[in-house]
Amino acid sequence: MATFLDLKNISKRFGGVQALTDVDLSLEAGEVHCLVGENGSGKSTLIKIISGVQPPEAGGTITIEGRSYTQLNPVESTRAGIQVIYQDLSLFPNLTVAENIAVGQHLGGFRSVDWTTIRKIAEAAMARINVYFDLDAKVEDLSIANRQLVAICRAMAADAKLVIMDEPTASLTRHEVDALLSLVRELKKKNICIVFVSHRLDEVLEVAERVTVLRDGKKVGTYDAKDVNDKKLAVLMTGKEFSYDLKETDLKSRKTVLSVKNLSRKGDFKNISFDLREGEILGITGLLGSGRTELALSLFGMNPPDEGEITLNDKPLALKSNREAIDNGIAYVSEDRLTLGLVLEQPIAANATVTILDKLKGAMGLIPLNAREATVDRWVKDLSIKVSNTANPVKTLSGGNQQRVVLAKWMATTPRVLILDSPTVGVDILAKDGIYEIVRGLAQKGVAVIMISDEIPEVLYHSHRILVMRNGRLTGEFEPHRSSEDQLRIAVNA
Amino acid sequence: MHESRADLFQRLKRRHEFWLASVIAILVIFLSVATQGFLTLQNFFDLLTSYAFLGILAAGLLVVLISGGIDISFTATASIAQYITMLLANKYGLDWFSVFALAILVGVLLGAINAILIDRLQISSIIVSIATLNIFYGLLVFVTGGKYIYSLPSWFGKGIYWFEYVDADEISYGLNLQILALLVMFTITWLLLNRTNIGRQIYALGGNREAAQRLGFNVFRLNILVYCYMGLTAGVASLIQAQLAQSVAPTVLVGKELDVLAAVVLGGASLAGGVGTVLGTVLGLALLAIMQNGLILIGVSSYWSQFFVGLVILLSVSATALSARRKRKGNLVE
Repeated sequence: MATFLDLKNISKRFGGVQALTDVDLSLEAGEVHCLVGENGSGKSTLIKIISGVQPPEAGGTITIEGRSYTQLNPVESTRAGIQVIYQDLSLFPNLTVAENIAVGQHLGGFRSVDWTTIRKIAEAAMARINVYFDLDAKVEDLSIANRQLVAICRAMAADAKLVIMDEPTASLTRHEVDALLSLVRELKKKNICIVFVSHRLDEVLEVAERVTVLRDGKKVGTYDAKDVNDKKLAVLMTGKEFSYDLKETDLKSRKTVLSVKNLSRKGDFKNISFDLREGEILGITGLLGSGRTELALSLFGMNPPDEGEITLNDKPLALKSNREAIDNGIAYVSEDRLTLGLVLEQPIAANATVTILDKLKGAMGLIPLNAREATVDRWVKDLSIKVSNTANPVKTLSGGNQQRVVLAKWMATTPRVLILDSPTVGVDILAKDGIYEIVRGLAQKGVAVIMISDEIPEVLYHSHRILVMRNGRLTGEFEPHRSSEDQLRIAVNA
Repeated sequence: MHESRADLFQRLKRRHEFWLASVIAILVIFLSVATQGFLTLQNFFDLLTSYAFLGILAAGLLVVLISGGIDISFTATASIAQYITMLLANKYGLDWFSVFALAILVGVLLGAINAILIDRLQISSIIVSIATLNIFYGLLVFVTGGKYIYSLPSWFGKGIYWFEYVDADEISYGLNLQILALLVMFTITWLLLNRTNIGRQIYALGGNREAAQRLGFNVFRLNILVYCYMGLTAGVASLIQAQLAQSVAPTVLVGKELDVLAAVVLGGASLAGGVGTVLGTVLGLALLAIMQNGLILIGVSSYWSQFFVGLVILLSVSATALSARRKRKGNLVE
């Protein structure tokens, strides 16, 4: 195989921060290469250097098909056949499929638009990867998976020889991921090099031939994909060993906190029954749209069920609002912490105490600041949130610490049942581990936890019991110590 | 591929313009039956002439809205362009070409000020244009003392009339300056938006600003173009308004900006950017004009006019929001 791109001694500094140090990377034509690393490991900086958005420090060389550069600009990079598909896809939702694919035609100075050429380019690009969309359909009317295909068509229209995909599987269902991966195999046959930047390691390892691991701006190494697995990669990425398994605990003797019987809601879920015991971590997994989030919202009073019963501490519970759920000791940490869980511009302290303003309220309905500070300080310490000042806005924190603030906010309500919906989305491995530790600690103190996730390892290694949801029904129950990732994966996708 | 009639209707049904045109058709039929004076050639030309000012500005504002920005300072811009141009025309005896060139120049310069403030300081366009509206207008009123210009050059006062036709009642119609300018500006705007790569870049910018930047579109240049184009339309509109009014008053134009915005929004343009068509704007303007005209013709007090304009905007926007929500739900079921 011929080398398409060869990077030598690539370094990059931003002010005092060394983002990359002497990184070498070579990419072969027709290869699927995985680039992995924690947040801040230098993945995005490396992509920016390859796509010409950022110049590297002097001393490095970039060789594309035998031609050497000390740095690239975006035009040179595109001309050399390098295309980056960003996580947000960079599409124009208001424009048609044809125009999105052939948008490169609009570049440059004032001239008239040749709509016939644009349609021809779009058709040719779609033919190259065997997809067909209505050329006049607006991109905003397409599903996320189809939008991704349009973005890939755009790369084809630009004659890509190297396609870098940033987190391509993050918002896809399993079937869509499979379709994407088989498309990647097709591209490979056309001698196109594909680079995956991803943290869903299990998925990309299915198609990748080689994996390059970055840590703290340095290359840890490039490995054959068949020699590594996601656990080994996690160690390489973080430099730490993790104790994954939750100890097998007999919870039969514990008191049942929450009991759900034949719960149904039209269009969302049907006949859901389960018990949740004190100190138990119950994992619920299923595909996007399997009804897992809708169920969680029903337990939290925001999505009233049509039929069935919920019993909390042996008392029947008919929740009319989330306010009632909170008052009854149920807390819900939403999937989308940025839009639903936090007010990003507001101080950390205000975010952490927003659930308990009623409890903190003093004379004349005002909040005594010292009481608020005491509460905040306690949770900052308990959950080891790294903050310099709790008066800073939440948006100044890293993803992992933001998630801790959300947890703090709900822990402040002293819940008996804590529902976590995809608690580690967009969080580093190290930070993930911190969150699992917190959850384990809460469970030990007697809090009953429901952890919803579509990441199989997350529920397998961090729950006492796992329920699988499919098409709105509970279709399986697994004991982590007697099940494998594959078994669960089959149950989820069946 | 052959498209069946049913498919075509499905496609049409999803277009905002289709619903607007339907509403206008119903309104026209109703007014034709209910009133004497509505469906006459004279009323048609009168409407075109008197709404040309709003229409030309609407064409400019459409481009700004598509780019994802907004401008409400254009009435002040028009007032300044009008005042300076007519002052100089009286003093130096300019001709048609130079008054338009001058008014456009003033408009473009003031538009560039908006663009530079918005792009370089990264302030939101609504704030910038509220500020510049007040600054431009305040300066104009201070410098002129609010004095009207009543005497315009005689050639300007006479205006332009082509294809004049006088009917049996000795009423004349034809292509006058206002109608001509309206047609020209709508045509240019349509060409810019649909037939040039810069127009498509403006749509792209409004649809996804970050993606436009990543692709290498020059966002600063686009902003300059968009706000200067708004200024250009303000310059043109200001002159045809002065010609129609036969005077220049520094205080009468400011306040009309919301009428223009109403026409463009009725026409389906989105304040979020990326959406809007010239046809939609034409229809939005037509709806506004027919509604206001019709209310007067059926004898409703003109005080009610604003009430109905507001009501129709609310209904139109609600209908759009509802259908968008239904569409989203439809996508979920898939």
